[in-house]
Amino acid sequence: MRISTFFYAIGQGFKNLVRNRWFALAAIATITSCLFMFGVMAAVVINFRHVVQTVEEGVSVTVFFEPGTSEERIRQMKVEIEEREEVSDVTFISAEEAWDSFKDEYLGEYTDGFTENPLEGMDNLEINLKDVSRQGELISFLETMPEVREMNYSAVTADTLTGANRLIAYISVGIIGLLLAVSIFLINNTIATGITARKEEISIMKYIGATDFFVRAPFVIQGLIIGFIGSVIPVGVLYILYSRATEYVVGRFPTLARIMSFVPTYDIIRIIGPACLILGVGIGFLGSMFTVRRHLHV
Amino acid sequence: MARKKQAHQIPEGNVITLENVYKSYAKGAPALNGISLDIKQGEFVFIVGNSGSGKSTLIRLLLRELKPTEGYINVLGYELNTIRNSRIPKFRRNLGIVFQDFRLLNDRNVYENVAFAQRVIQVSGRMIQKNVPAILAMVGLADKYKSKPLELSGGEQQRVALARAIVNKPMILLCDEPTGNLDPANAWEIMQLLEEINETGTTVVVVTHNREIVNAMKKRVITMKKGVILSDQQYGSYIDEEIGEDEEEEDEDEDELYVEQGTGSWRTDTLPLI
Repeated sequence: MRISTFFYAIGQGFKNLVRNRWFALAAIATITSCLFMFGVMAAVVINFRHVVQTVEEGVSVTVFFEPGTSEERIRQMKVEIEEREEVSDVTFISAEEAWDSFKDEYLGEYTDGFTENPLEGMDNLEINLKDVSRQGELISFLETMPEVREMNYSAVTADTLTGANRLIAYISVGIIGLLLAVSIFLINNTIATGITARKEEISIMKYIGATDFFVRAPFVIQGLIIGFIGSVIPVGVLYILYSRATEYVVGRFPTLARIMSFVPTYDIIRIIGPACLILGVGIGFLGSMFTVRRHLHV
Repeated sequence: MARKKQAHQIPEGNVITLENVYKSYAKGAPALNGISLDIKQGEFVFIVGNSGSGKSTLIRLLLRELKPTEGYINVLGYELNTIRNSRIPKFRRNLGIVFQDFRLLNDRNVYENVAFAQRVIQVSGRMIQKNVPAILAMVGLADKYKSKPLELSGGEQQRVALARAIVNKPMILLCDEPTGNLDPANAWEIMQLLEEINETGTTVVVVTHNREIVNAMKKRVITMKKGVILSDQQYGSYIDEEIGEDEEEEDEDEDELYVEQGTGSWRTDTLPLI
């Protein structure tokens, strides 16, 4: 492709936008609102996941062993458990360490009456999971180990978190899918209007011997421009609104701020920005490609 | 059993070859009913016939806007029955096309309309600046290059269309009723230009109803009726007896939906029905 052709296509793309400016504005407005809603949804989801993650970090499985299990065997089991996919990390806490920690936490100076370790035989492994939803798999595995006497874990917490995560994923996918479909439909209409307006020109181009690429390029570029503008605006608006909203909530409801922390604005935009850009430009590209393909048979 | 690909012998010097070509639309009688035709390089050919005779279908087949239902078409070495869609643009760059309704871009001036044809096939800007003024001078519109099409007369608009058709130096120029919307004086000017273009070696194929021009120019005349070639004469003329009276037949091609004004005698100022 010649460089002049490249610039010609870009020039024509912009001209198409100006010629069909009202439709283009409608398409930009729709993509903007769709991506804005997507952004808000994503910000809520990211923050929710952040909270869930914090809670998840506190969810662990503690394993106690039958009396007489050697420390060497426990360390061996630690390695086996660490090798499992769902496991994040495993800490060995010996009976002595457990007692020391108990003393420090609850008894302070009042330990004179204890000559022996009351937690003797309470060596344990504390297991943190990468994914709470796979806690069941780990429990089943641990149950197969004859040395395991007892396990402490909360099935309810794990189930609730897993359920919440799944629900968020379903809702997000549903809403995003709907927004994408609406956006593609609108881009489609915009490009189709542009093509109708230029039908005569396109038919002449085809008679003269223009390649499909040459005819399509301006419309695809038009779609890309619409998609790009439609994605930059909501990211900008989200940036301003999110930083103001989190500042406001933190200032106005300090109790809430103590319980949960918001994901910083920069981190949110770092995720939502590229996603919006890819979605917007992608919608513009796909919408225009579908329409052009359908309308350019001359 | 696999179908054997038939080998076709193209006579030397042919730029257009049709062998037993049929074209049927969804409804009605076939638009072309087994026509065969040879057109040599540098020829000037009139195709005449009433509405429904298949003239415009023939032009559309030659442009590969339509595919034949049956038969073989070879234009400039391109087998149009089997040509891949991706090769059609390259094929069409060898053709120039002129329509009855000019089909100019009314939002662009004369220069831009002609330059458009070159830009579409990606000719460099420097060449466009060189070629377009030369072509506009040839068609006598050098001083009107800044005018918009709607500021020009019908004859001038058709000359712009002609300039656009020849600026890419086509091997074949296809003209579908080029004088249909013009008064006799302008129609003659266009025909003279076509003759000049033909003298440079370009093959010119003109579909027309214009009896006076056909009779006066003494070129090859192919007369069609109901999808078949009635006659093919060198230095021929427009033959009423052969064409007959079938004006009211419906044509599949809307470009051909024209009715003559007046009764009995032929007129150049035909009135479009749609």
